[in-house]
Amino acid sequence: MPAPQHLIMAPILIPFITGALMLLYDERQRRAKLTLGIASTVALLAVSIELLNLAKGNRLPGDSDIGIYLLGDWQAPFGIVLVLDRMSAMMLVLVALLALPAMVYSAAAWHRQGQRFHALFQFLLMGLNGAFLTGDLFNLFVFFEVLLAASYGLLLHGGGQLRVRAGLHYIAINLAASLLFLIGVSLIYGITGTLNMAHLAVLIPALPTADLPLLHAGAAVLGLAFLVKAGIWPLSFWLPTTYMAGAAPVAAMFAIMTKVGVYVIIRLGLMLFGASAGVSAGLGAEVLVAGGMATIVFGLLGVLASQGLGRMAAHLVLISSGTLLAVTGFALAGGSTEMLAGGLFYMVSSTLAVAALFLLLEPMSREDGGIAAMLALTADAWGHEESEDEDPEAGLAIPATMTVLGLCFGACLLALAGLPPLSGFIGKFAILSAAIGTSGDIPAVTWGFMALLLLSGFATLVGLVRVGIQSFWGVDVTVPKVLALEIAPVIALVAMGIVMSVKAQDTMTYLSETAEALLNPLPYIETVATAPRVATGSGAP
Amino acid sequence: MMELVLSLAIGILTASGVWLILRPRTFQVITGLCLLSYAVNLFIFSMGRLTLAQPPILPRGGLVNPELYADPLPQALVLTAIVISFATTALFLVVMMAARGLTGTDHVDGREPDA
Repeated sequence: MPAPQHLIMAPILIPFITGALMLLYDERQRRAKLTLGIASTVALLAVSIELLNLAKGNRLPGDSDIGIYLLGDWQAPFGIVLVLDRMSAMMLVLVALLALPAMVYSAAAWHRQGQRFHALFQFLLMGLNGAFLTGDLFNLFVFFEVLLAASYGLLLHGGGQLRVRAGLHYIAINLAASLLFLIGVSLIYGITGTLNMAHLAVLIPALPTADLPLLHAGAAVLGLAFLVKAGIWPLSFWLPTTYMAGAAPVAAMFAIMTKVGVYVIIRLGLMLFGASAGVSAGLGAEVLVAGGMATIVFGLLGVLASQGLGRMAAHLVLISSGTLLAVTGFALAGGSTEMLAGGLFYMVSSTLAVAALFLLLEPMSREDGGIAAMLALTADAWGHEESEDEDPEAGLAIPATMTVLGLCFGACLLALAGLPPLSGFIGKFAILSAAIGTSGDIPAVTWGFMALLLLSGFATLVGLVRVGIQSFWGVDVTVPKVLALEIAPVIALVAMGIVMSVKAQDTMTYLSETAEALLNPLPYIETVATAPRVATGSGAP
Repeated sequence: MMELVLSLAIGILTASGVWLILRPRTFQVITGLCLLSYAVNLFIFSMGRLTLAQPPILPRGGLVNPELYADPLPQALVLTAIVISFATTALFLVVMMAARGLTGTDHVDGREPDA
């Protein structure tokens, strides 16, 4: 068998095997676990970049940009398939790019604050990668549960009353959302008799009219489950508290968790209810646009009202996913490729910037109350262990702390508020220019969305500048001790944003091709349906 | 008749579950989640259509009439869903006990409403 086919499986297998191996190590061998984890994440990054290059250069089997992996060598609608296309390759790279800094950051202090941090982290990566790769609805549910189960553990990492309380709400919400997921999947299966996404896209336009209401109900219930994860407005009250309670590296990884919900909505929405879906075309587009805009308003007000940087960063997550949901809604209602491409650019850039902000948060506010008290509480819970290794591996503190912190903070601010020259500006600019560029009259909804997009950037600017002035220009600023291990990941994440804006042409080209493929899923559907088995004609019927 | 009994069962389980997860005590919430997951499992099972005394596994070789067999896929899905919801409920139970220990109350907000 040719090599690239098995490579598609690697992003799931690498973290799975590493995570399982880590369970064999005793909790005291943290250094070994860290080494294993970093090795695994580096391998993951290499594999993802290779897969991205394969998809980009049309070098997958059959000279296409879509790769299929038939699990157990079962023909497509009967077995589970993994599908690699431009979109999923991009998400894989994004996961690996976030995971590496988060893991390095955890080495500074956090991975000592509780048990099994590294194993859970690997299982989270496995769930994320699986969710991005799978082409089967029920398999998607399983990978969602893997990543959620790992995220429950990671959220509770470090213990303490605040986290346990936030964790309780988070788990209850997600258990309920999983039940909605199951109801939606089984309704869709009951009507169409298939769980394969590509096969569903073939069957839906041909369904008898009598079955359509039930199918739409199933799709809506399923969509609800993802919207809870994406944090759309009336379903997002759990999000700020949860993200605030998580340990810094965990919160940075959570920055991509809302994007999993958005990813599934983009993928399923555009494939099942895109332009070719007949009567069902554009199902839920209005809900996505209205909900997305409501989410932006909620996040915007939240940013302005927040007292601490943690709560502000969590509301920035909401603004980002609201923008994406609205863009998806516009795309579903027959929007342009440029707008979706701009939305994808914005997604990558805002995820990186929010993750950097979450990592920056803890060193910045180390000296004042809130988080310092939380850390002390954590240390209490694990007190007996902490006292033995009183920072023997604390490492190097950096010089000119405030300058470095301030520069990183400024870069995050520029990227999130969408000011030039950083990547956030290019993403927002692409969305806006596509919204204006449509021929003829611009509908009122689009005007409203554009106004909100600009306002949300303005609110981000106001909110973050307020925090920046307090932290960096205050009279009684105490300089925190920040380790190189803590600041290097932030600089790396910021640098990725800078690379994205320097290489904007290349990134945009890739993303417009991705958006084109998403809006025209026919090649995807055909590739899945005709994927050849490896062993032909042998074995039992 | 069979359909009526099953849909009534699912409906009653769901209604009780929804009512319970909206209650303020953690024990009520977890009971509600359990009831809801039973309802969902029955629902998935019913999506394979209700049949009596039909095997889900085809015999080896030859062509068979699929109308004489039950749909095996929902049964497999139910099995997976049961295992997953069992595990996550157990995890929720642990967190619930931890919250009870840390906050000294079984209210979902971690404090009594009037305290």
